[in-house]
Amino acid sequence: MNKTSLSRRALLAAGTAALAAPRLARADTSAPIRIGEINSYSAIPAFTLPYRNGWQLALEHVNAAGGVRGRTLEVISRDDAGKPQDAVRLAGELLESDKVDLLAGGFLSNVGLALSDFSAQKQVIYIAGEPLTDALVWQKGQKFCFRLRPSTYVQAAILVEEAAKLPAKRWVSVAPNYEYGQSAVKWFSELLKARRPDVEFVAAQWPALGHIDAGAVAEALASAKPDAIYNVTFGPDLTNFVRQGNTRGLFEGRSVVSLLTGEPEYLDPLGDETPPGWIVTGYPWASLDTPAHVAFRDAYQKKFNDYPRMGSVVGYSLIQAIAAGLSRAGGMTPDQLAGGFAGAAFETPFGQALFRPLDHQSTLGTFLGKTALRDGKGVMVDWRYVDGAAVMPPDAEVRKLRPGAG
Amino acid sequence: MKPLGPVLAVAGLAKSFGGVAAVREVSFAVARGEMLALIGPNGAGKSTCFNLLSGQIRPDRGAVFLDGEVVTGLSPRAIWRRGVGRTFQITATFASMTVRENVQMALISHHRRVWRFRRPARQYFAAEADVLLDPVGMRDQAGRATGELAYGDLKRLELAIALAHAPRLLLMDEPTAGMAPAERGGLMALARRLAAERAIAVLFTEHDMDVVFGVADRILVLDRGRLIAEGSGAEIRADARVRAVYLGSGATSGGH
Amino acid sequence: MAGTGQILIPLLTGLADAAGLFFVASGLTVIFGVTRVVNFAHGSLTMLGAYCGWSLISRLPPTPLGFALGALATMAILAVIGAGLEIGLLRRVYRAPELFQLLATFGVVLMAQDIVQWLWGVEDLALRRPPWLRAFVTLGGARFPRFDLVVIALFPLVFLLLWLLFTRTRWGRLVRAATEDREMVAALGVDQRLLFTSVFALGAALAGLGGVLMLPDASANLGMDLTTVTDAFVVVVVGGLGSLPGAALASLLIGLLQAFGIMLVPRATLALVFVVMAVVLVLRPNGLLGRPPGRDGGGGEARALVRPAPAVLRRFGLAVLVLAALAPLFLGPYALAVGTEMLIAMLFAASLHFMMGPGGMASFGHAAWFGIGAYASAFAVHLLAAPMPLGLLLAPLAAGATAALFGAFVVRLSGVYLAMLTLAFAQIVWAIAFQWVDLTGGDNGILGVWPARWAAGPRGFYWLALALAVAGTLGLRVILAAPFGHALRGARDSRRRAEAIGLPVTAIQLAAFALSGAQAGLAGGLYAYAKGSVFPTYISLGHSVDALLMVLLGGVATMSGPIVGALAYTGLYDVLLSATSLWRLVLGAAIIVLVLAAPEGIAGGALKLWQRVRPA
Repeated sequence: MNKTSLSRRALLAAGTAALAAPRLARADTSAPIRIGEINSYSAIPAFTLPYRNGWQLALEHVNAAGGVRGRTLEVISRDDAGKPQDAVRLAGELLESDKVDLLAGGFLSNVGLALSDFSAQKQVIYIAGEPLTDALVWQKGQKFCFRLRPSTYVQAAILVEEAAKLPAKRWVSVAPNYEYGQSAVKWFSELLKARRPDVEFVAAQWPALGHIDAGAVAEALASAKPDAIYNVTFGPDLTNFVRQGNTRGLFEGRSVVSLLTGEPEYLDPLGDETPPGWIVTGYPWASLDTPAHVAFRDAYQKKFNDYPRMGSVVGYSLIQAIAAGLSRAGGMTPDQLAGGFAGAAFETPFGQALFRPLDHQSTLGTFLGKTALRDGKGVMVDWRYVDGAAVMPPDAEVRKLRPGAG
Repeated sequence: MKPLGPVLAVAGLAKSFGGVAAVREVSFAVARGEMLALIGPNGAGKSTCFNLLSGQIRPDRGAVFLDGEVVTGLSPRAIWRRGVGRTFQITATFASMTVRENVQMALISHHRRVWRFRRPARQYFAAEADVLLDPVGMRDQAGRATGELAYGDLKRLELAIALAHAPRLLLMDEPTAGMAPAERGGLMALARRLAAERAIAVLFTEHDMDVVFGVADRILVLDRGRLIAEGSGAEIRADARVRAVYLGSGATSGGH
Repeated sequence: MAGTGQILIPLLTGLADAAGLFFVASGLTVIFGVTRVVNFAHGSLTMLGAYCGWSLISRLPPTPLGFALGALATMAILAVIGAGLEIGLLRRVYRAPELFQLLATFGVVLMAQDIVQWLWGVEDLALRRPPWLRAFVTLGGARFPRFDLVVIALFPLVFLLLWLLFTRTRWGRLVRAATEDREMVAALGVDQRLLFTSVFALGAALAGLGGVLMLPDASANLGMDLTTVTDAFVVVVVGGLGSLPGAALASLLIGLLQAFGIMLVPRATLALVFVVMAVVLVLRPNGLLGRPPGRDGGGGEARALVRPAPAVLRRFGLAVLVLAALAPLFLGPYALAVGTEMLIAMLFAASLHFMMGPGGMASFGHAAWFGIGAYASAFAVHLLAAPMPLGLLLAPLAAGATAALFGAFVVRLSGVYLAMLTLAFAQIVWAIAFQWVDLTGGDNGILGVWPARWAAGPRGFYWLALALAVAGTLGLRVILAAPFGHALRGARDSRRRAEAIGLPVTAIQLAAFALSGAQAGLAGGLYAYAKGSVFPTYISLGHSVDALLMVLLGGVATMSGPIVGALAYTGLYDVLLSATSLWRLVLGAAIIVLVLAAPEGIAGGALKLWQRVRPA
């Protein structure tokens, strides 16, 4: 990090001819392959710090195993401060000054979309880790962009699997009022109604992100007398909502279906107030005992003296996916790389996944289960892994959703 | 030729605030070149009277005439346009500009050049500004920053600004307030000279009775919003009612 | 039964919200009333209160007494922090130009974010609630948290205590006197410094109380500083700056409005608060219970004389300009992209400086015009398929027209009220961009706003940005030197005098506001094409603060201030963001050092230094 900042400072101050140095890195076959990584480290540290641990661990593993095609991987990491405009500028810096071979990262959907747009413009590969928005691989999907995590659509579709089995007919929703919340509600209600024509959504609450007035929201939801509640809030809003809901008895005698709430990032702060029996998507890090995950969890705990979070899995899998795509590509040109990534299968702590050639979405899935209280902490129980590929819309549908095919 | 008769005529002016009458049925007139002083104890309604004349507030009743034309209820800007200049009890000047620029600003406004966006303001009416600064003795300080002027100089600058649009009436609110006693006579003598030269009617309020009796041609005495006396210095001094409500109150020392 | 519950429960919920708002806002309003400091760090103090409270209460017995002790101890800690902040920082900048203290407090905000993260980690800390905190009462068939009843009860209690403190004690009388007339208090021989320090300590303790009382319902988290400070600002402004009863009344109004508004317009609660603020300010320019500020100093304030740039500076500026124009010949594409951003920042800062410096109208929402310009360009591309020149033309037109419309309300106000009305408007625009996804794409923004082919390369676009930004910035300077600019400055120096020489003050200020908005809009349009995309972050409070920082850092009183400030701030930010994960700590510290070292801003300080070296 420091090395590049120095060159950058020199650049700003003097603007010397050093800038015109030719791109030597790509020709050199023994030099490391450079990955320019951008994320909202200072803006969303609760997710991004475990995420950083995750990719650092994977980087160690990949390089210890000899790297990719005899070359080690190197990550140059940048903080976008939560601003897409900064992410784009940093991407430019990584590309021009640091001569990275591909871009990766992103937490916020807008950062992901901005980086994807940039990658299309500059013809450089971009592997998105976390950004959930469907637009990234569908409406705004493009040749050079691949995405790891299951999208908002997939997450909602996975929840619908269980929600449809509930007897509940009167539903209400609460979601943060922005694109993520709105599309999470839209997909959930569309997919649920398709499966269960008898359900109706009788009320919706749209608190502003980070500004939930939880008591009033809980009251407004209760007054609609629902059978079930669909929740999309997360983070501080979720804690606030759960506490008011618990005290006010909002969840008693009602089914709750909740997006992402089983992820330790969001479940842990709920502590002993975790409402049991919520149907959630998430990550049961303590009870997932597949060999792949146990190896990952042990290595992670050994290195960082902490348990992995969802972000850690994303960071770890991101590097694994990149390594797989690189080794599969015939060369380092953008087109060769794109060809390598499309269809690349890679190992993750959740098992194997691959980037679908159809829409560049990975088939990484998520866990569907229920919340429960164990020793004053929230955990996921009765969970099962749902593969991303299992809940995708039919291919013909996806082609329609992805106009800029490739 | 301008019409003869008073420059300013006030008829039955009245204003109350929340039921309290501040100015009650005041009528008077000022002639060309005349120095008319408006005096009265604190709270007598002098400031309200001034603000009614310069358009800051609207009267409840009564009328104000400028050269026979009704100007009652016009905005301060409209009244200024009709030739009424004004100085303030606490000087009001543009501190981030030079002395000359202050006068230039008044000239720019007078000549309706405010909505000009290109040529530097400095190049507008510079010579005219110096002509105005000359008689008040500020020409040699024209390039100085207004923010660093002595208070007496600020007062003189204000006078030059107020004269920039060749007014027919000059309203001076406590013109010597805050000045050293020694300076007061000089400023008022200057005002008197300029008023006489340019045939400007001057209406001023003043606390310093030496100043009032020294320069005023005529004096109006206001008490609780009502005009209680009018006349020359000698007449006012002799007026028993004035003595009772005002001079006797010990407020004759003036100033603040 | 259910009928009473339907009114009673939202009513109580609203009261609990109102109480929470009041605890934080009361501290802010007290601090402002006495010290005239717009304390951006008040939210950070609240956040510190929540974290300190969490640490203390978690270790105390889980009883009401333990909670109360923890809360009182937190208030004491915060009082010490507040006093330290006042003594160490703010005391040194009271004499600086208006709003300059805001810069210092913003430096504190940045530093506090990294310090809190370092001390407490990144995870949300939710206080474990013992049974008494989870208890509820049943009213009309519905449940209501008992703790929220305690909070509601504390509202009048804290208000009463503060009221008694301010009316019945000598200290309080002195503080109130200082609120009304600082000089008078100084004349009484009271040690003002002690008074200010104690007021700051009290305000910080109240912020701490607000933070602690949030714990049972929410969590201590790293985002709460900015969310609470905007809410607190709204309350303080709606109530009237410096007015304690006003803050109480405004808390009630906003708390209840939110609780009931959520039922009626669940999608618009964010905008609703700012709409209320805008309406209140339009109807009552000094807030509900605020007093009109002394609007006109009569020119008595010390104002630096504005002189045309000396020949040396002109030559220097010309040399820099020539160098900038030749830059593409020897700079790489990335350096040019950074240069382009700096040029746009310069125009943005210059446009804010135009209304803020010479115009005397500070804005907390200048990003609104930037954003409207950017979105206008994006809509031009996507809805009209317009070529870039048209898009770049529409940007300033749309921003300028909106600014003219909205400015009609703004220019009737002054000082902090004016600034807060601009903030309200910017937040409403932001909420539309962020929440009206069908129109704006929400936070995903609008992509694919790439420049025309002839300007698509980094060089081409750099030259385009250089031409437009320099023309815009110099244009503003020319206007400032022209009669209109002098009239604008005159209206700021002394509104009374300006009116007395027949200047149409309101029209002049409105025109300046619109012009400033239009230039910011042009900057936004350029930015949209430079980035190829627009996002709600362009309109965010953070972006408005960026503009303020640039202007204040450079120096409000000097004409070259915004240029220097924009270049210094964007340069510093860019370098730090890449260089260190603790960029907020370093940037905040840098801002504070600059505030202390150069209270006139960088350009102002340089000017002073220059005059000392070579007396003019």
